[in-house]
Amino acid sequence: MTATTVTLKIDGLEVTVPEGTTILKAAKDNGIIIPTLCNLEGLSPYGGCRLCLVEISGSPKLFPACITPVSSGMEVTTQSERLTEYRKMAVQMLLAERTHICSVCVANDHCELQSLANQLGVDHVLFERNWTRLEIDSSHDFLVIDRNRCILCTRCLRVCDEIEGVHTLDLKLRGKDAQVIMDLDEHWGNSCSCTSCRKCAKVCPVGAIYIEGEPVSHTKHKDIAEFITERRQRKWKQ
Amino acid sequence: MNLADIQKIAEQEVDFERAYKYRINVCCSSGCVPLGAFKVLKAFEEAVKEFGVEKECKVAKTGCVGTCSVGPAVIIEPGDYLYQNVTPEKVREIVRDHIVLGLPVKSMLYGNPAFFKKQHRLVLRNAGKIDPSRIQDYIAMGGYSAIVKCLATMTPQGIIYEVATSKLRGRGGAGFPTGQKWSLVARAHGKPKYIVANLDEGDPGVFANRTLAEADPHAILEGMLIAAYAIGAEKGYLYIRSEYPLAIQTLQKAIAQAKSLSLLGDNVLETGFKFDVELRFGAGAFVAGEETAILASVEGRRAMPRPRPPYPANSGLWGKPTLIQNVETLANIPIIIQNGGAWFSKIGTPRCTGTKCFSLTGKTNNPGLIEVPMGITLREVVFDIGGGVPEGRKFKAVLVGGPSGGCLPDALLDLPIDYDSLTRVGAIMGSGGIVVLDDHSCMVDTAKFFTEFCVDESCGRCTPCRAGLIRVKEVFDNLTQGNARMEDITTLEKASSYIRDASLCGLGQTAPNPVLTTLRYFRDEYVEHIRDKTCRAGKCFKKEERGATP
Ligand SMILES: Cc1cc2nc3c(=O)[nH]c(=O)nc-3n(C[C@H](O)[C@H](O)[C@H](O)COP(=O)(O)O)c2cc1C
Ligand code: SF4
Ligand code: SF4
Ligand code: SF4
Ligand code: FES
Ligand code: FES
Repeated sequence: MTATTVTLKIDGLEVTVPEGTTILKAAKDNGIIIPTLCNLEGLSPYGGCRLCLVEISGSPKLFPACITPVSSGMEVTTQSERLTEYRKMAVQMLLAERTHICSVCVANDHCELQSLANQLGVDHVLFERNWTRLEIDSSHDFLVIDRNRCILCTRCLRVCDEIEGVHTLDLKLRGKDAQVIMDLDEHWGNSCSCTSCRKCAKVCPVGAIYIEGEPVSHTKHKDIAEFITERRQRKWKQ
Repeated sequence: MNLADIQKIAEQEVDFERAYKYRINVCCSSGCVPLGAFKVLKAFEEAVKEFGVEKECKVAKTGCVGTCSVGPAVIIEPGDYLYQNVTPEKVREIVRDHIVLGLPVKSMLYGNPAFFKKQHRLVLRNAGKIDPSRIQDYIAMGGYSAIVKCLATMTPQGIIYEVATSKLRGRGGAGFPTGQKWSLVARAHGKPKYIVANLDEGDPGVFANRTLAEADPHAILEGMLIAAYAIGAEKGYLYIRSEYPLAIQTLQKAIAQAKSLSLLGDNVLETGFKFDVELRFGAGAFVAGEETAILASVEGRRAMPRPRPPYPANSGLWGKPTLIQNVETLANIPIIIQNGGAWFSKIGTPRCTGTKCFSLTGKTNNPGLIEVPMGITLREVVFDIGGGVPEGRKFKAVLVGGPSGGCLPDALLDLPIDYDSLTRVGAIMGSGGIVVLDDHSCMVDTAKFFTEFCVDESCGRCTPCRAGLIRVKEVFDNLTQGNARMEDITTLEKASSYIRDASLCGLGQTAPNPVLTTLRYFRDEYVEHIRDKTCRAGKCFKKEERGATP
């Protein structure tokens, strides 16, 4: 740990954390939970989902807590009417973007998007919903991807690249058309780089990547990235 | 080649030019080439021989004059006589009357001096005057004297001080103070340092940077050299979209010539200073012009923005300190060094100094490329320079700032054009697009058009821009087809504010501007579309008839 620390206020609570810590981590270590979707401890930050936006006094802008480092004297607000409104908006946009029907989803009751919608009190979707019919790939022996449930958080890409170290997964196309692909857009069963390590399924926050025949509650293990990273650094948690 | 040799080339070239009485400059830029500029050039070369005046006349191909809609354009010096719509058939008459008899052909001259009157050509100082494929032409106009001055007499800190004094702000859209950016990169730890010159120019209908590169490529290279010397960089990348083949050719040639005169390379003008420029080609994504996306693209990765911090000044290309600068910003640098920062700071307004190039398009009498001092009003641009709206139609709005700019009504025509005023009314400077709309345009349809553009160009990284803009676009589909409800206005406002405030990069943050400004200034039209299912411009609700009536 670095010797230098920084003192700041989060929701009025004075906290002291090592320099370079993100607002998200500083808050979490002090019992303040900020909603997140794309961020995962142990993986590089992505800053895509925008659920973790917070206010910093003195600036009209919003800041992603998962990336913004703390600085001395900062006053962070993690809960406000505007932030709740905006978080609900993000969840609604994600729900409307692709085919999310919780009742027929493998991840029902074990889905981070669903539980965020619950927590935030999203009781309707402001927009007309889009029912995508993207390709479902079940060519792998046991891994399945249903791209209609993907929220493009790229956790799977990052765990495959940064932890497993093979970079089987990447994105093709851009914007609303972006999709997770294997190798150079191969079927998963034909991928020559995939080691079948299952990490992508473990970290997927929704029911997009899952293991055939296995309850999602059993598959999901999103601490895997942090766990492996810490072991590699020879750090052992008490 | 050393510092004194550059001076010699300049003197030789001036002597060489003096031998000619006339100079016939034929615009051979992207606007005039399709209209037959090369045939006109050839016709002039033949005609001066035919009349036996080839010893008196230098026929040169040059860059854009700005009056692209009436091309091919030809300027005859001295006197800056601008001929419009020149065809090979007209060339003999021009040479006979203007050169041989000394009588300019009045009927063929560009008839609208007002177009130039309120312009102030600093960045485009050489456009239409020099042959961009000859480095000697640039040197004769005082080109490369600024880098000579820097290397011979100035310290890097001194250069940064001049740039800071000039109060120059970035011309790529955001208007960040250039001097401040340079000192950030100069102070940043890490070596090597890099420069990226941004010529991505992805906004539809905007062609100011392309024109600059085609007309005066060495001004960009000299700006890069000075920046490199000031911040301590040894390598620069010039990022240009591949849709600009003529600009690419011109720059490639310019880089080769600069290398041959040891203006670029391992030992610039025998001073020990080392700097090289390499071109990198973009594949046409609008978002690739965003500063972190351009870095990814130069490194060979997918052009996707990333969150900042870290800022490119500290961690840019391959994690090293990197200066990213728009090419128009860079082209200002040599004249700031030549004339001093204090001189520059007196042009324009106190907070926004200098000039800005704009592509003036849409329903205007004089479309083309213009350069105006900061602080000029929209009215002067639309009505004085642009000559108003054609065919007696009524002015309705002016879109400033490209696809993510703002639609401003006539009540705001007296607004001065500068970064801060534009932001205040919901528009942006952007990379320099001004589109004039007349009463044939439906503001709902206009907002829809630009939203569609941003939907297609979103990179897909962040939720608001990727998953939000498309929903906004669908509300517009309903509006223009008569299926919208009053609540949809609130939905538009809520979603747009969210996308503006929550998006990761400038694309998403500015994409709602056309929606928000039309809602602010032309709300009536939205209400009419919903309540009365009418469109006062006659654009919406009649798909099958579209295009049938004017
Ligand atoms: C979506 C998007 C597109 C952009 N495109 C361009 C561009 O084509 N050219 C450019 O110079 N700057 C562009 N920018 C601005 C750059 O991010 C950056 O601010 C600029 O190149 C910095 O140079 P300057 O300080 O000289 O303006 C774009 C920004 C965004 C958000
Ligand atoms: S199973 Fe492992 S190697 Fe295969 S795609 Fe998933 S994370 Fe990558
Ligand atoms: S498949 Fe899952 S982990 Fe991968 S991007 Fe989609 S939602 Fe995220
Ligand atoms: S705002 Fe749009 S272009 Fe920018 S990062 Fe987000 S999705 Fe990509
Ligand atoms: S958790 Fe911070 S942007 Fe997704
Ligand atoms: S391209 Fe010839 S005048 Fe603009």
